[in-house]
Amino acid sequence: MLLEMAAQGFGSRVAIQNGGDCLSYDELYRAAGAAAREFRDSKADHVSLLDVSSLAVPVALFASAWAGLPFVPLNYRLSGPELAALMARINPALLLTDDERASNLRTPAGIQVRGRDSFLEAARSATSPESNDWETDPDAIAILLFTSGTTGIPKAAVLRHKHLVSYILGSVEFGAAGEDDAALVCVPPYHVAGMAALLSSVYAGRRVVQLANFDAQSWLDLARKERVTNAFVVPTMLAQIIDALEGQTRADLPHLRSLSYGGGKMPLSVIEKAMALFPEANFTNAYGLTETSSTITILDPDDHRTAANSEDDAVRRRLVSVGRALPSIEIEIHDEAGLPVAAGERGEICVRGEQVSGEYLGTGSLLNEAGWFPTRDAGHLDAEGYLFLEGRIDDVIVRGGENLSPGEIEDVLLEHEAVADAAVVGIPDERWGEGVAAAVVLKTGCQASDEELKDWVKRHLRSSRVPQQIGFRDQLPYNETGKLLRRRVREDLAGEA
Amino acid sequence: MAQLKPGSRLKSAVCDTEVMLIAAPGGDVDVTCGGAALVGIADEPPAGATLASDAADGTQLGKRYINEAGDLELLVTKPGKGSLASDGTPLTVKGAKPLPASD
Repeated sequence: MLLEMAAQGFGSRVAIQNGGDCLSYDELYRAAGAAAREFRDSKADHVSLLDVSSLAVPVALFASAWAGLPFVPLNYRLSGPELAALMARINPALLLTDDERASNLRTPAGIQVRGRDSFLEAARSATSPESNDWETDPDAIAILLFTSGTTGIPKAAVLRHKHLVSYILGSVEFGAAGEDDAALVCVPPYHVAGMAALLSSVYAGRRVVQLANFDAQSWLDLARKERVTNAFVVPTMLAQIIDALEGQTRADLPHLRSLSYGGGKMPLSVIEKAMALFPEANFTNAYGLTETSSTITILDPDDHRTAANSEDDAVRRRLVSVGRALPSIEIEIHDEAGLPVAAGERGEICVRGEQVSGEYLGTGSLLNEAGWFPTRDAGHLDAEGYLFLEGRIDDVIVRGGENLSPGEIEDVLLEHEAVADAAVVGIPDERWGEGVAAAVVLKTGCQASDEELKDWVKRHLRSSRVPQQIGFRDQLPYNETGKLLRRRVREDLAGEA
Repeated sequence: MAQLKPGSRLKSAVCDTEVMLIAAPGGDVDVTCGGAALVGIADEPPAGATLASDAADGTQLGKRYINEAGDLELLVTKPGKGSLASDGTPLTVKGAKPLPASD
């Protein structure tokens, strides 16, 4: 539906570009129509994708919607047994993948493997679709996304057409992009941001430039070459981009107007440096979850500038907030009893709105009777409605009956001039039940002792929050989409104690 | 017109306009385009219907049209020559609320 509109509105514009190859909106529409026929004929219940970004991704995404089948992008970094377990949950399915991967893959019966290149070729060479008979059941499943499973077995988040359409219509104006607009998409297709970027760009009429495997230098080169105007990165990517620009005062990307980020906590030092290196860019911080069809709050470009130039500490701190709720979204902070708390008080972030799915396959909806989805993220709102994240509820350290938020302690450690990165976790402690431990990465050429950092925390926070153990590391473990793997940090530090 | 639910696709009986229902009030809804009642996307338009000259301002692709009460909302998925109305009152284009790109 979204795609048919785009093809009518700006059919000859380039929709998707990958290396030297591209598809116009007309070509994408025709290819999706042909692929939809193939999907229907396959008798599969799901269309799955195990691949990096390519032109086949948008074709398969829109063709799945057209055929009324859920699209299920899988994480290609998972191991064989992990993938087999996920595939068993979407059987029978058609699996699109590249030829090399296909030959190494052991797929259960019922999974039809289809090579990406031949799929794309067949879709592109087909004649025009005979009708625009796309399905529009708003309750049908559009996308199933397996959560990253940092805390356990991956859950299959259910996004129905009504959630995605609500998100797109609520946040994007049809055809709003200019002729020269181009969005650089470097997040993988199995991430909700990768899916949202395709949908938003197609509806806006913006050219999508795909980067299949992120590294900072390729990102910079491609952004310059393609005169990219819009880009989304996760915080670890932005930190790497800044490192790659070491020694330069300007990034020299004059076309880049909008640089948005999300998917993890952005350290103050990184965003401040980025704003200096990209003086022409408008920065937007987006917070959202897979279960909420992507973005639910944004810290917009004006917020960034106001905060960065403010003398008021409370206003300046908003630079590390995730901004305010979208107009179509409500946010409340709930206490353990599920009641809303006052501004400034910490609790669980709860969200309500039409784009919020809050549903997992097999588990059903987690929305309460009033429609609130508990995100399991901890945080607080300030008096003006700016949302501050404080890690996952499940990461809260319970020390002697007191609840400690790792995020609060990490923020203080990160403000120390020698600290590049920090992770705070709870480790088993005989006296307190749980004790506070920190893994710290020092900046190159900087020194700070264990005692100095403990004193630093004690000066800024109460003594119960002072880490009893600090381990210095060369780097912290992140997954490929920028999520800190706390479980690994915890195991590492607990092993050292 | 019959009861409609969000997601339903309808088309004009007298021009090229196609719409998708975004929001609908409960009960029966009367929506016309070019002066004639909308029909289901797969239905044959009634023979002989013609575009009314007082309802020919056209529809714009990608625009959302709402009624005065705000409980009826249609998205134009294909533009045409007729104009949309409900209970005899023309629908208006819903104002855009620009947001910065976040993805």
